[in-house]
Amino acid sequence: MTTTKHPTSPGRRDFLRKSAFGGGALVLGYFTGGSGHALAQIAKPAMLAEGAEFKPNAFIQIGSDGVVTLVSKQPEIGQGIKTSLPMVIAEELEVSWKDVVIVQGDLDPAYGSQSAGGSRSTPTNYTEFQRLGATARTMLIAAAASIWRVPVAECYAADSAVHHRTTGRKLGYGALATTAATLPVPDAKDVVLKDPKDYKLLGKRIGGVDNPAVVTGKPLFGVDVKLPGMLYAVYEKSPAFGGKVVSANLDAIKALPGVRDAFVIEGGNDLRGLLPGVAIVAESTWAAFSARRQLKVSWDEGQVATESWSGYAARAAELAKLPGAAVLRKDGDPAAALAAAAKTVEAAYSYPFISHASIEPQNATAWFHDEIVELWAPTQNPATGQNLVSSTLGIPKDKITLHITRSGGGFGRRLSADYIVEAAAIAQRVKAPVKLTWSREDDLRHDHFRAGGFHFLRGGVDAKGKLVAWHNHFVTFANSVVRDGKASLQTGSGGSLGGDEFPGRWVENCLLEQTPIECGVPMGPWRAPGSNVFAWVFHSFIDELAHAAGRDPLDFRLELLGERDVVPGTGERGVPYNVSRMKGVLREVAKRADWGRKKLARGQGQGIAFHFSHLGYVAQVADVSVSKDGVLKVDRVVVAVDIGARIVNPSGADNQVQGSVIDALGALMYQELDIERGRIVQSNFHDYPMIRIGDAPPRIDVHYLETDYPVTGLGEPAFPPLAPAVCNAIFAATGHRVRQLPLSRTDLRWS
Amino acid sequence: MTKYVLNINGAAQTVDVVPDTPLLWVLRDTLELVGTKFGCGAGHCGACTVHLNGVPTRSCMTPVSTVGRKQITTIEGLDARGAHPLQRAWQELDVPQCGYCQAGQIMTAAALLQENPNPTDEEIEGALAGNLCRCATYLRIRAGVRRAAELAKEEKSA
Repeated sequence: MTTTKHPTSPGRRDFLRKSAFGGGALVLGYFTGGSGHALAQIAKPAMLAEGAEFKPNAFIQIGSDGVVTLVSKQPEIGQGIKTSLPMVIAEELEVSWKDVVIVQGDLDPAYGSQSAGGSRSTPTNYTEFQRLGATARTMLIAAAASIWRVPVAECYAADSAVHHRTTGRKLGYGALATTAATLPVPDAKDVVLKDPKDYKLLGKRIGGVDNPAVVTGKPLFGVDVKLPGMLYAVYEKSPAFGGKVVSANLDAIKALPGVRDAFVIEGGNDLRGLLPGVAIVAESTWAAFSARRQLKVSWDEGQVATESWSGYAARAAELAKLPGAAVLRKDGDPAAALAAAAKTVEAAYSYPFISHASIEPQNATAWFHDEIVELWAPTQNPATGQNLVSSTLGIPKDKITLHITRSGGGFGRRLSADYIVEAAAIAQRVKAPVKLTWSREDDLRHDHFRAGGFHFLRGGVDAKGKLVAWHNHFVTFANSVVRDGKASLQTGSGGSLGGDEFPGRWVENCLLEQTPIECGVPMGPWRAPGSNVFAWVFHSFIDELAHAAGRDPLDFRLELLGERDVVPGTGERGVPYNVSRMKGVLREVAKRADWGRKKLARGQGQGIAFHFSHLGYVAQVADVSVSKDGVLKVDRVVVAVDIGARIVNPSGADNQVQGSVIDALGALMYQELDIERGRIVQSNFHDYPMIRIGDAPPRIDVHYLETDYPVTGLGEPAFPPLAPAVCNAIFAATGHRVRQLPLSRTDLRWS
Repeated sequence: MTKYVLNINGAAQTVDVVPDTPLLWVLRDTLELVGTKFGCGAGHCGACTVHLNGVPTRSCMTPVSTVGRKQITTIEGLDARGAHPLQRAWQELDVPQCGYCQAGQIMTAAALLQENPNPTDEEIEGALAGNLCRCATYLRIRAGVRRAAELAKEEKSA
């Protein structure tokens, strides 16, 4: 293999030079994402001067050879977006999928938002991508009509060609490219989207576009980047979060074989920014890793070194006796309703901090040259990387180029840019490109963690078995942030309970309170932030109340959801909740899973749960077996999903749902970090086990309800309902209620 | 630094590296065969799996000095045309999500099929228990190995 500047396909650089990264030489399409104005702003492309290539916008190029190149602007992290979003363009463009080449776009304002988080890539881009493809198709049809001198209405596009209806003549897109390139971009009102009944591509199972490269080991990922003269770096940070370097044996390190340099980076206080540490720059990854084993650093660990998980848990138990620091919702009179309830249940639920553990450790490559800094990074949010490098190192954003590589998993971790700014800060000191590679231990111990949490719940049902009172005091984690000279506590990502979190808005007497513990632990978004644990807590507790009421858990939930069609959100930022859609998936999953119609032996059980997040409505039923000695086996999971009118790529969608289910099962069964002296105790996969193939359920059946609503994303919403469905099934099987994660904390033996 | 002549994917390659360098980093940094992945550096995840004389081996735990004349096969050399039954099955069933672990999964599965052309699900799970897939594509990995076994049979009878 030769050394290449880009880890992706050879055509990519060439294309991007001619289009998006043309140093401002080209007038590009602006992409405003969902606003509906994108096309109005698409200017006539300036590359017409280059001749025979048709580029109606920043995303589409058709060569005179008939090759159709589509830009995937969103980062690919395993969610399949590099396949599914270009499919949307290709459908409207009427191009055969086999004729399409897809290239990963770099960070570029011409593409609009490029953040892959919150399952938003699909909903924010779907309609615009339809219009981009349809616009190009309209121009190609107009080109053919002008060549043939026939009315546009007599022409139609299909299979990468325009056809003349009456004469059967046809011209391939390649042959039309030159002419199409001379035409004005039509007004949005003159662009007609296809009737979905005519779709040829959307809804078909399409394999990932990078699969051939993946299975043959081609360079694709951030860690695969190799540049001429590149050096290799490691970065040692304080084991206790945010500690500062007092001293280090830099001279001894610099004398080691293969080491080019070693230095202290002062860093700052932002737990998700550039933290203090020691960089070692070497001639190979192994030389850097080896030298690091000789590194001796004296740290000023600060206040955080007194913190521990057991200390947090003790504090949470004390705080639970007090009123919450904030009231997020209060409806009716919860205290009176609890006092008057026919049955009440009181329970405490808790879950630990966990790591994302993306399988490709964090890494980034940075190169200062020609008065710019060029970055290569596996990132979910390239703009954050550019911003953080700019603000930390004082480099104007237009001097920072960022190439998005494929990511070996994201799960929210790569929405942060700490590893990118570290690579840049190191490379700034070195006259060469530098690749920073984190060890697995770095990755596990310096994650931006999913916050742990403690929920203290009380609920009551009336004599008819209806849920009438709900009280949740959530003790969560926060860090101090200073804004305008004033310090305040900010909860970790997903560590704040919205007042609208289900069953808030449904129970007439409802009190939701929250109290933060300042922790000094870096926290960040983790797949389905908040939802990934709230669904477990609330649907487990709802199940407890259903059983207390002697009700069927499905009937109890259907009654709770009630008869309203849509429940509006509270306040300006509230999200409406479509009850009909949720009841739709709930009824579907019950039917498909034979809910309540199975004869189950002791040790076997079914559990049900649902959750609305990231605009998706999902319900799940888990069938489990628990052996007498307490070993869980998940026999089957049935999933019903409503993410709107279309499943763009069912193969990718199934992958996301089945992956979410197994990922959620792994988080439930295994994932747990302990904190002692302000640092993570675990270090690698031997003491932080992740789910393996033997624990994957034999069957995960996925059913989609295609409803008349906008198309939304699927990277996250199938995750949250799994843990409560399984735990509710465990209760049905054994009578054991799981109130602490991970599962190993609960004795499931029965006799 | 020490010179080693390694037999990689059927060709002799001379490298000049420190003797304790894991084979993983010789492949990735020195020879630019980056299909073999770094995941944990401790033998827990299987992303770095290669074959040494046909035996699936953690290259992150294998110092280059211990390799000797053994035949090293990486994902790049599994099949000359990139069309090993596993590579075809993986594409046919769209197994990868992020894809980072898949070279290790395929190399481990290839050794399994070599030894046991018709594995049961239990045997597949046993063989692949050491390979983490963080995206949890396990159902398709299992199906992919079964499909590859079929493809290999078809190939033989053709």
